[in-house]
Amino acid sequence: MELLLPKIGLIIWTLIAFGIVFYILAKYAWKPILKSLDEREKNISDSILSAENMRKEMDNMKSENEALLAKAREERSQMMREAKEIRDKMIQDAKEQARKETNKIVADAQSVINQQKMAAITDLKNQVGNLVLEVSEKVLRRELNNKEDQEKYIQQLAQKVELN
Amino acid sequence: MGSKSMKSLLAAVFSLFLLTFSSNVFSQEKPADNHKQEEKFDPTKAIMNHVQDAYEFHFFSTDNFEAAIYLPVILYSPQKGWSVFSSKRFGPEHNQTYDGYRLEDENTVVPADPNVTVYDLSLTRNVIQTFLALILFCYLMIKIAQKYKKGEGVVSAPSGAQSFMEPIIVFIREEVAKVNLGSRWQRYMPYLLTVFFFILINALFGLLPGAANVAGNIAFTLVLGIISLIIILASTTTHFWKHIIWPPDVPFLVKVILVPVELFGLFVIKPGALIIRLFANMVAGHIVILAFISLIFIFGAMNTVAGWGFSPFSVVFVVFDYFIEILVAFIQAFIFTALTAIFIGQGFEGSDHDVPHEDHAFV
Repeated sequence: MELLLPKIGLIIWTLIAFGIVFYILAKYAWKPILKSLDEREKNISDSILSAENMRKEMDNMKSENEALLAKAREERSQMMREAKEIRDKMIQDAKEQARKETNKIVADAQSVINQQKMAAITDLKNQVGNLVLEVSEKVLRRELNNKEDQEKYIQQLAQKVELN
Repeated sequence: MGSKSMKSLLAAVFSLFLLTFSSNVFSQEKPADNHKQEEKFDPTKAIMNHVQDAYEFHFFSTDNFEAAIYLPVILYSPQKGWSVFSSKRFGPEHNQTYDGYRLEDENTVVPADPNVTVYDLSLTRNVIQTFLALILFCYLMIKIAQKYKKGEGVVSAPSGAQSFMEPIIVFIREEVAKVNLGSRWQRYMPYLLTVFFFILINALFGLLPGAANVAGNIAFTLVLGIISLIIILASTTTHFWKHIIWPPDVPFLVKVILVPVELFGLFVIKPGALIIRLFANMVAGHIVILAFISLIFIFGAMNTVAGWGFSPFSVVFVVFDYFIEILVAFIQAFIFTALTAIFIGQGFEGSDHDVPHEDHAFV
């Protein structure tokens, strides 16, 4: 029965001990420890969250990159197509230009040739006229007695003309 | 193969040697211990002396030597004033009178003059052991806290003693405080942690050979129970008291029975459950260990061979019980803490005006 009777001395000492220990531990142990644990847990959950966010961001960036790449590819083919068009057009233009130029040159040449031809014809006409005059003059100047001689002479002249 | 059997043989011989040696120590200690009082071994008296408080740490004694640490006796009497002296003054047989006081039943100081009242504030072995254990524990916890403050265990993994304490602290926070106290758990964490470790450390120190049975002393558990009761009462709400004093939707005649039962439950049964459970569990473990050891001497009193023969079994049982006691120390500290938390939680149960509805502790 004595086991069940609390003694005043031990009660007081235990009370004092508990009070002091509670004060010391609450202030110098539990507070920093609980705070640190909270902090660490927050750190960990934050880290997990940020890692998750990072992953999402990476995914986004990846899909963005892919979109960009596709767009770039599209643009490139567009540009190529345009370039080809331009090139074709340039060739076409150049050809056209060349043809025009050629035509012009040909036309010019033709006109020059014509002119030359005309000049030559004129010249020929003049020379023929002159020759005719000279021949006529010579024929007129020579007194021809007979018809035979005349013809002979004319033939001679004509041969001369031909030689000319 | 040969070396293996050789090894096991060696182990068997060695353990047998250990067993005989350890029982040898016990058997040397005990008869000497009881030799002084009387030749016949009285297990009840021996066990009760070990379980209860005392004015000295007594390890063993021979005919001319007492291996004991005597502790100061501090007495206050309204008639005689203060008197402080060593418990050695009571003499080796504990039968001398000093300064008008004498020892009764080994563990109570009574005045020789029956007209004198005395208040005993002695630093008994329970007090000294409590202080030593708590100084050690506070030192350990403050060192751990400093480690945390430096960032170890916050930005890195916990190490050393942190790794041992942290799961316990987290367990109390998650399984005791948050579960039972809802959103108000933070306010009660320092008390719950302190009371848990206060019980645990004293229970574990009480298991050391030669140490006092602190956690199994009714005064110790009474103090903790009363502090818990004060905290339980301090955290009650008007809603709680309305339901206790005048429970709604209950017929009048039932109220007449119910209200006293509720009040009795609140003021006596709840703290009583805490106090008696802890006390009984702790004291029972010590009694079982001591009883197994006493069996050696009971058998020894019948026949020397029987005593020697039984001692190995006794030691095996004691070792087994020691392991159970370590477990019990943790379990009882946890139960005390958990019940305190539950009782506190009941105090603000249903008062859901200032907390969100989904808070499970309030619905």
